[in-house]
Amino acid sequence: MMMNHSLKSLCKVSPGTPINGKWHGNQYKIIKELGYGANGIVYLTSHNGVQVALKMSDNGMSITSEVNVLKSFAKVQGSTLGPVLLDVDDWMSGSDRISFYVMEYIKGPDLLTFIHQRGESWISVIVLQLLSDLQKMHENGWVFGDLKPENLIIMGPPPRIRCIDVGGTTINGRAIKEFTEFFDRGYWGLGSRKADPSYDLFAVGMIMLNIAYPKRFTKTTGGMDQLKLMIEKSRELSMYKGILYKALNGQFSSAVQMRGELLQSLQTQQTRTTTKTKTKPSPQRQHNVSQKTVTRQAYRKKSNKGGIIETLIVLSVISMLYFLYIWLSF
Amino acid sequence: MKTGALRQILLITDGCSNTGEDPIAMAALAKEQGITINVIGVMEKDIIDEQGLTEIEGIALSGGGVSQVVYSQQLSQTVQMVTRKAMTQTLQGVVNRELQQILGGGNTVEDLPPDKRGEVMEVVDELGETVELNVLILVDTSASMKHKLPTVKEALLDLSLSLNARAGENRFSVFVFPGKRNDVEKLLDWTPKLESLTSIFAKLTTGGMTPTGPALREALTYFKKKRSLRSLLSGDDESFIEESV
Ligand SMILES: Nc1ncnc2c1ncn2[C@@H]1O[C@H](COP(=O)(O)OP(=O)(O)OP(=O)(O)O)[C@@H](O)[C@H]1O
Ligand SMILES: [Mg+2]
Repeated sequence: MMMNHSLKSLCKVSPGTPINGKWHGNQYKIIKELGYGANGIVYLTSHNGVQVALKMSDNGMSITSEVNVLKSFAKVQGSTLGPVLLDVDDWMSGSDRISFYVMEYIKGPDLLTFIHQRGESWISVIVLQLLSDLQKMHENGWVFGDLKPENLIIMGPPPRIRCIDVGGTTINGRAIKEFTEFFDRGYWGLGSRKADPSYDLFAVGMIMLNIAYPKRFTKTTGGMDQLKLMIEKSRELSMYKGILYKALNGQFSSAVQMRGELLQSLQTQQTRTTTKTKTKPSPQRQHNVSQKTVTRQAYRKKSNKGGIIETLIVLSVISMLYFLYIWLSF
Repeated sequence: MKTGALRQILLITDGCSNTGEDPIAMAALAKEQGITINVIGVMEKDIIDEQGLTEIEGIALSGGGVSQVVYSQQLSQTVQMVTRKAMTQTLQGVVNRELQQILGGGNTVEDLPPDKRGEVMEVVDELGETVELNVLILVDTSASMKHKLPTVKEALLDLSLSLNARAGENRFSVFVFPGKRNDVEKLLDWTPKLESLTSIFAKLTTGGMTPTGPALREALTYFKKKRSLRSLLSGDDESFIEESV
């Protein structure tokens, strides 16, 4: 949308076009467009029969900048943060030089689509996975920045979240490079745009609000008041209330801390459900809420009936005693 | 690498100039003085006319800056993006010139093999974070801008939030055109914070012609004044960064 027209026309490449790297000599055949944004267009391509994603831009510096981040991510042991970087090169399209990089093709639905398809029970799983990845990024001095559902793809099976688009990824302590208003704490008047771990954690909170409100919502009063109200109004979010307030208020200093508290609240909620299940086994947990109210009403009715019976018993006992008294007095 | 302050003019308008000098010529003049001009065209539901669009692109092109036409709802995000983009572009130009001195010939970053570009980009990033930035904001207050002004105010507050997250110093000043008596009127003198805009903007009146060219010409003099005053005070001659791209 923000992309200028020259980039769009310059980088519009039809399926079947071979992209030849000027420096490394690799060839990539365009299969289809995967998406585009402010920084370029991403294509699905084939290289020696393997499917890989190729991002191109007429702005070589933005390509270089993203490559820098991906190279740094590659050094982090034991996990894959962002897509794996495979190649960096220039493509000469006529007299124009178009810079591109090639990365692992991350196949799967984006976060909102995934939750929509597979159900709410996946929210906590996905958020826990995301927080682990963010923790690793933060430990390595990076803040992801432009965290939003479109930049989160769920691979699988088994389902595993992956961050794409490192265009906003910023060195901790610097000004955030790129952001999207809805997920930006500055927009809501809840903090600065200086990159720190809690900047990303705010965005995680807003991603959860985005799950509850797929169309998002615009700022009215802004601030915590408006966000609190939106959380209160949502049924899906009620179990995450405490964590959301803290994330949006910037009260978590690290992803691992937020992850820990999320796990803990899930556990207490689980034990609560199990004790409930013990007293009255419910075949369908999803209908818990409605069932609970039904049961309570039934209980109230029963106790009303019980009251009448009690009164009758007391009355009959009293009358029996009365007859006994009369009988004895004779 | 040491650089002087970056100097930018951010022009926010919704159409065509209709009096005075050619704004595109004034933009070229600015570029000659090392001042970059960025232009943001604010649309309503209707599309900006062809003539307005040509002028907006022309000013940015000859002013060495960036232009973008947006609906008013997207103004905040655009203003900060355009400013940052122009900043990076200018710094890239500086780094490229430096490289040419080292490498000789017409070599730029892009002539390096991709693997070697990373370090250069790190330098540009670092400069973008630390360089001093002076932005003179020039707001069109002709009649058609009336109901867009609250959004413009929001966008400017948002801009100061973005730029003040950097380690480098920022200075902003705000001018509107046409002014009450002159082509251009100063609303806010050089300051690191834009918060005081809120009360000033509420009192703004709109109307009159659209003297974009004269406004740009006059805006340039405010950079000069500040520059000479500062060099008088500090005594050092700052090397201001010249044109970009
Ligand atoms: N490695 C990948 N595997 C699969 N799909 C991808 C990959 N990288 C990008 N995409 C798709 O392409 C789209 C655009 O890519 P990306 O977000 O990197 O572009 P951008 O120009 O940085 O966008 P933005 O304007 O959001 O910053 C993504 O939303 C995603 O759908
Ligand atoms: Mg994206």
